[in-house]
Amino acid sequence: MNSVHSIVIVAVVALVTIALRFLPFIVFGGKRKTPEIVTYLGKVLPYAIMAMLVVYCLKHISFIKSPFGLPEILAGAVVVLLHLWKRNTLLSIVSGTVIYMLLVQIVFV
Amino acid sequence: MKKLIKTAIIKTLPVMAGYIVLGFGFGIISEKNGYGLLWALAMSLFVYAGSMQYVMISLLTSGASIITTALTTLMVNARHLFYGVSMIEPYKKAGKFKPYLIFGLTDETYSLVCSGKGPDGLNFHKYSFFVSLFNHMYWITGTLLGVLAGTIIKFNTAGVDFAMTALFITVFVEQWKSTKNHIPAIIGVVASVICLMIFGSDNFLIPTMILIGLSLSLGRRFIDKEEA
Repeated sequence: MNSVHSIVIVAVVALVTIALRFLPFIVFGGKRKTPEIVTYLGKVLPYAIMAMLVVYCLKHISFIKSPFGLPEILAGAVVVLLHLWKRNTLLSIVSGTVIYMLLVQIVFV
Repeated sequence: MKKLIKTAIIKTLPVMAGYIVLGFGFGIISEKNGYGLLWALAMSLFVYAGSMQYVMISLLTSGASIITTALTTLMVNARHLFYGVSMIEPYKKAGKFKPYLIFGLTDETYSLVCSGKGPDGLNFHKYSFFVSLFNHMYWITGTLLGVLAGTIIKFNTAGVDFAMTALFITVFVEQWKSTKNHIPAIIGVVASVICLMIFGSDNFLIPTMILIGLSLSLGRRFIDKEEA
């Protein structure tokens, strides 16, 4: 771990996050109207970005090497089905994670 | 004051459960990747953005560049812009509380203050302040417990990172169920997979974000029509 790189990365994430939270109050805080494209992107962007984050988390899966992404597919399916059934975020996350840990530690070793 | 604090605690109980568990997961993952107590606490104190903190650990360990980090944060947290836009009026006269209220405007805090009114006739700005403060404390407490658990209990943590994947999957499912218009979500999946195949796992985030931004902007007429 490179401390300088780490500090810079954490600072960048913090500053961009803070800037995003404060920007609307600074830019549109007066009488200026929010541009339509901003409102539109605010509505649709979260759906696309969440899809990107799911793919980002799964980016190292290899379907041509054992275990062929099976732990991710199985645990992921459990999360989806459990969430569709119970709609309880914590239950879905904890169950999916425990199942994944069991799969990678015991089943697919 | 007592009633104010009590109401804020009751209203934030669901967030307490969520933040302690998610913060706990973040604490363990952070510790496991070599970022111990001070690092994890600093991140939860100053960044205070759930999903982004999980992503940040990946960025840290993969040695991401400043540009990738800034752009990723921008895209992942862009939704905060829109929380801000809708809170401009309610937070207008918040006075000395205002900077912290804006800083603490996470998804969960937003969901509790977006009505713009304090419950039971309580002062909205003071109520929002305690809601924001308590939520922040829960997040930090969860992080602290996670780091300690990771340090003290020597269990096999292999696979614990899946908590992040599971978090994003549940949000994705939640979003999918909340709308009839699935085009943006499908654009997200397709753009990510295409860029992952072309640019590889280390370099696909920036092209994906550009492709998503372009597709959504250029396809606006088509996508917005579906919305109606």
